[in-house]
Amino acid sequence: MSRRSGAATLRVTDAVPVFAALADATRLRLVRRLSVDGPLSITRLSEGTGVTRQAITRHLYALGDAGLVRNARHGRERVWELDLKRLEYAKRYLDQVSAQWDAAADRLKAFVEDGS
Amino acid sequence: MMAKAQPAQDAASTDRIEKSLVVRAPRSRVWRAVSNAKEFGAWFGMKLEGDFVENATVRGRITHKGYEHITIDLLVQRIEPERYFSYRWHPNAIDMSQDYSAEPTTLVEFFLEEAGEGTSITIIESGFDRIPATRRVEAFRMNAKGWDGQLKSIERHVS
Repeated sequence: MSRRSGAATLRVTDAVPVFAALADATRLRLVRRLSVDGPLSITRLSEGTGVTRQAITRHLYALGDAGLVRNARHGRERVWELDLKRLEYAKRYLDQVSAQWDAAADRLKAFVEDGS
Repeated sequence: MMAKAQPAQDAASTDRIEKSLVVRAPRSRVWRAVSNAKEFGAWFGMKLEGDFVENATVRGRITHKGYEHITIDLLVQRIEPERYFSYRWHPNAIDMSQDYSAEPTTLVEFFLEEAGEGTSITIIESGFDRIPATRRVEAFRMNAKGWDGQLKSIERHVS
């Protein structure tokens, strides 16, 4: 099992900046909003949040540093969008679920081989 | 639908997870561990509030320390004695303040086969491509805490 846990350790270490960036309610809301509504300007992202544009901007750059979002120019406007592809979120998520099943399969094996 | 007896092969998929293992135990023993709700709970780490019955929902409460507040509903799909067992659930539905009921579920399937002296078990969870991106991000974040604990316990085992 040591090989498996070693791989898990590497993945978790890689993910630390991502966890840190998401450990904030405003940033999580921004990520959720971008995942539902697609690319948006800072003005749109600030609307109705009760958070200043400056604060939203800071949060977006923090998310950007973790590789979660990126900004792009759409005509005259700068928009922010999720960078799911670069992060390979689907795969990372699946890696987690996969590791959970590895652990569950180990427990099942031990359970039936114990002769209980 | 294709026949369920053999798991389909699709290694590069982001939609599914597949685990295969061979255990040194007779198929009848493995079948009991998989299809009997009490035994399933014992190795999975949850206490189920009923038996597994096709097309019925059973609620399970996680028994891992620190996760006892989490309940998970298993929607049992098909039970084919000694061969196949399947259920649906909301993967990583661990934030009890959220209502997951309207969201897509994944399908978890167990395939059992004789393998020499023992039994081969294939576990497949599929349907992840339909899980909203937001959920994946949140699950990823929430799992971080769980991972911390797991890594510590792994470290204790290997050192």
